[in-house]
Order: sequence, then C-alpha cells, then structure tokens
Amino acid sequence: MLTADDKKLIQQVWEKVFSRQDDLGAEALERMFITYPQTKTYFPHFDLHHGSDQIRSHGKKVVSALGSAVKSLDNLSQALSELSNLHAYNLRVDPTHFALQLLSQCFQVVLAVHLGNDYTPEVHAAFDKFMSAVAAVLAEKYR
Amino acid sequence: MVHWSAEEKQLIASVWSKVNVEECGAEALARLLIVYPWTQRFFSSFGNLSSPTAIIGNPKVRAHGKKVLTSFGEAVKNLDNIKVTYAKLSELHCEKLHVDPENFRLLGDILIIVLASHFARDFTPACQFAWQKLVGVVAHALARKYH
Repeated sequence: MLTADDKKLIQQVWEKVFSRQDDLGAEALERMFITYPQTKTYFPHFDLHHGSDQIRSHGKKVVSALGSAVKSLDNLSQALSELSNLHAYNLRVDPTHFALQLLSQCFQVVLAVHLGNDYTPEVHAAFDKFMSAVAAVLAEKYR
Repeated sequence: MVHWSAEEKQLIASVWSKVNVEECGAEALARLLIVYPWTQRFFSSFGNLSSPTAIIGNPKVRAHGKKVLTSFGEAVKNLDNIKVTYAKLSELHCEKLHVDPENFRLLGDILIIVLASHFARDFTPACQFAWQKLVGVVAHALARKYH
C-alpha cells in the first residue's frame, strides 16, 4: 500500500527526472532487452538496435503512462484502466514472472544511474512499491 | 556449468575491483530490509530495525552485509565453479537458516541497483547483463541443495 510519504517521494523523484524522461524510457527499455533477452520476444516487429527510433518512441510512451500513474497515485486502477485492458487482451505479456517486473528493475537501475545517492533507500522502497502497484493493475484483468 | 564469455568475465572483474565490499554490502542488506520489509523476519536478533534510518545505522546490519558481500566475492573469484563454491552455504540456508530462495533473487536485484547508483554511467547495459547473470547464478547455486 502506498503511504502518504511514499506518494510524496514518488512525485519528488518524478519531478527530478522530468526533463530527462524520454531518455530514461529508452534507456530502461534498452537495458531490459539486453539484460533479459526473453523480453525481446514481445517486440519481433521492432528494430532493437541501440538508439533505434522505435525504442525511443516506445520508451516515451511507457514513461508517459508512468507519468499519468504518478499523477493518479490515489487511483491507479482507473488511470491505467485502458492499459490494463490492452495488456490483458491484446499484449498478454507473461504476468507470472512478469516481464513488467523486469522492466521495473531496469527502470530503477536507470533512476539509480541518474540519481546516484539521491536514489536513497526510502525513494527506492517507494518506487519499487509504485512499480509493483502498476504491474498489479496491468495484470488485473488477465483472468 | 555456466558459460561465461570473456567479455562477461572482464565486466564482472572490473566492477568488482572497484567495489568497497564493506560499504556496498552494508547498503545492499540495509536496502533489502527497507525495500522488502518482510525480509526482516530472518533478523529478529539484530535489534532496532524500526525505520530506514535505524536499519542503515544498525551495526549488525552493516557487519552482516559485509559478510554476505564478502562471500559473494567467492563467486566472482570462482566463476567456473559457483555451484561447488556455495554447496555448504546452500545447505546452511536450507537446514539452519530456513531462508526461502526467493530472497536470494531479491537481494541480487538490490545489489544491482546499489552498483548502478555507485557507478552511474559506468554501469553500462552490458555490465548490468553480466551482473544480473551472476546474481542469478549465485541465487541458483544457493538454492541448489534445498530439500
């Protein structure tokens, strides 16, 4: 459960990286494809080379969705409802060893790379909870 | 047996050579207890774990973190023999410590994030790949003797 303190920390972190958002999205995706090659199976139609336009643009999409989630921490279910439908009925990314957990790890690595010591244990905990909550909502309608 | 490419071995060794085992170990264990508070169940004898500040400053956490990461160093030194290296520790974690192996995966992921925050851009995607592979192999070796 996201506490009030968690929500504050999440929003603060998001503000800190706001200007670099688009880079972060692409970087997280790239790390995910390199670190967990099995995630590439969901993107056979993509050019997955470093710096690819498709990765950049998809990274932007993902980050923008996360940004909406950050603005709606009190109602993630509603804010992500469309995406939840998409993942359940269309994309069907494996929810058990959820590829989304892998993206969460990579997203946090990117934040840690960019924020260094500012990615404090408290921020880390809050963000990890947030990403778990997002993944849970996206998996809600799978069955 | 796990296959390590020359590049993976080099990336692992190069990051490890710059790691302050005491600091990094303490930080990784503290973060495990903070980010995944249920892991505190294994450390009821450690005293005050009531807040992130308490956990970070707790001398038992620091000491144990150092111990854990020092042991991790054995994997780095014996990449071609990790299963054997951790056979006894695996038995210990099963028979005496009763630790669900899922926790090894959690600690591994936390270690990666600690390395990323310390090394920033030097912790390249290729580095992350090699290290995630390593923490996965270590976790697997530690779970191997469970019965």
